[in-house]
Amino acid sequence: MNRTTRKSAFDSVDAVLLAAGLLVLAVGQYLAFTAPPDVQQHYLIRILYVHVGAAWTAYLAFFVAMIYAVLYLWKQNPAYDRLSAASAEVGLLFMTLTLFGGMMWARPTWGVYWTWEPKLTTSAILTAFYIGYFLLRQAIEDPEFRAKAAAAAAILGVVNIPINYMSVYWWRSIHQTATFDIINRKVHMDTPMVLAMLVNLVAINIIYVLFLRLKGKVAYCAAQKEDWDE
Amino acid sequence: MRAKYLIGFLIILAAIGYLAWGGLGKSLVYYVLPSEYADNPAKYAGKRVRLGGLVKQGSVHFNPKTLELKFVVTDGVVDIPVEHTGTPPELFKDNQGVVVEGHFEGNVFKGDNLLIKHSESYQAPREGEYTPDEVRKLLEEAK
Repeated sequence: MNRTTRKSAFDSVDAVLLAAGLLVLAVGQYLAFTAPPDVQQHYLIRILYVHVGAAWTAYLAFFVAMIYAVLYLWKQNPAYDRLSAASAEVGLLFMTLTLFGGMMWARPTWGVYWTWEPKLTTSAILTAFYIGYFLLRQAIEDPEFRAKAAAAAAILGVVNIPINYMSVYWWRSIHQTATFDIINRKVHMDTPMVLAMLVNLVAINIIYVLFLRLKGKVAYCAAQKEDWDE
Repeated sequence: MRAKYLIGFLIILAAIGYLAWGGLGKSLVYYVLPSEYADNPAKYAGKRVRLGGLVKQGSVHFNPKTLELKFVVTDGVVDIPVEHTGTPPELFKDNQGVVVEGHFEGNVFKGDNLLIKHSESYQAPREGEYTPDEVRKLLEEAK
């Protein structure tokens, strides 16, 4: 690896994203910890402020992975394949955090860490799908075949998202329906809580973009090494 | 093809298949309502069932010494008495949505797991209601 690549690995855009992400996250956390407690579950509601942000960002990351997958199939540029995989990887990270945070929230409110109800079952399928996506990538050695198979998987994976989102409306579940109801255009939440949730959502999205850029660069270096090794 | 990753991939594929056709099929009807049970009690006899509904107003009887919890689950049409052992969860109260896991014994539902279905609506306490902080303060002052 030459010096110029190493120098450009973490550039000024990344630095700005990191600073902005941490700053907005700090503001979001301040708002979350000063927001009033919920009348029913009191301070347990604070898990919501990161749970919703993590879940939405995971959806976004998987959606972006699909867009890069389509771009790859169209333009045949390996960079799009790397970015698609990078977005799926960050998405899997946020999906894992969503599951973990959700379990921490479910135990004191519902009474169990996990139950096989529709929202949770479809979340488990969504998570397993992207674990499978990375096993598929690892299993195929030919870079072009790997990229094409992965692109097909990344496009297919997005089907999980509307099913997961709509599961609380389509089927009987213990998971509450969306507080930010984009279908009926209603918000079932007090303003300070909405604000705390949205600011945290923005912070997590900035961090997602940063992670996507960094992971894309790491993947670029790895691809170069793979070329040299051959 | 790298064999061990391929095997891992196939295991995941099988797991997704199992969840989608086996698990999801079962969890799509996550709970039965009291009136659905009343329509066809024989269908649920002796089986493990999740019963969902609201805790009927004024029906809760809890014995803190024996941890016997008795209440009625209703969907507004049919009422089903539930017997459960254990401390009720924090959010358990009148008119709360609940899902009870257990089985029917005659007309009584014997619960062994009690789940709360809370709403998607979040609000700060109204004027005059106590927040936990205020309650804590009151307790401190009472000492």
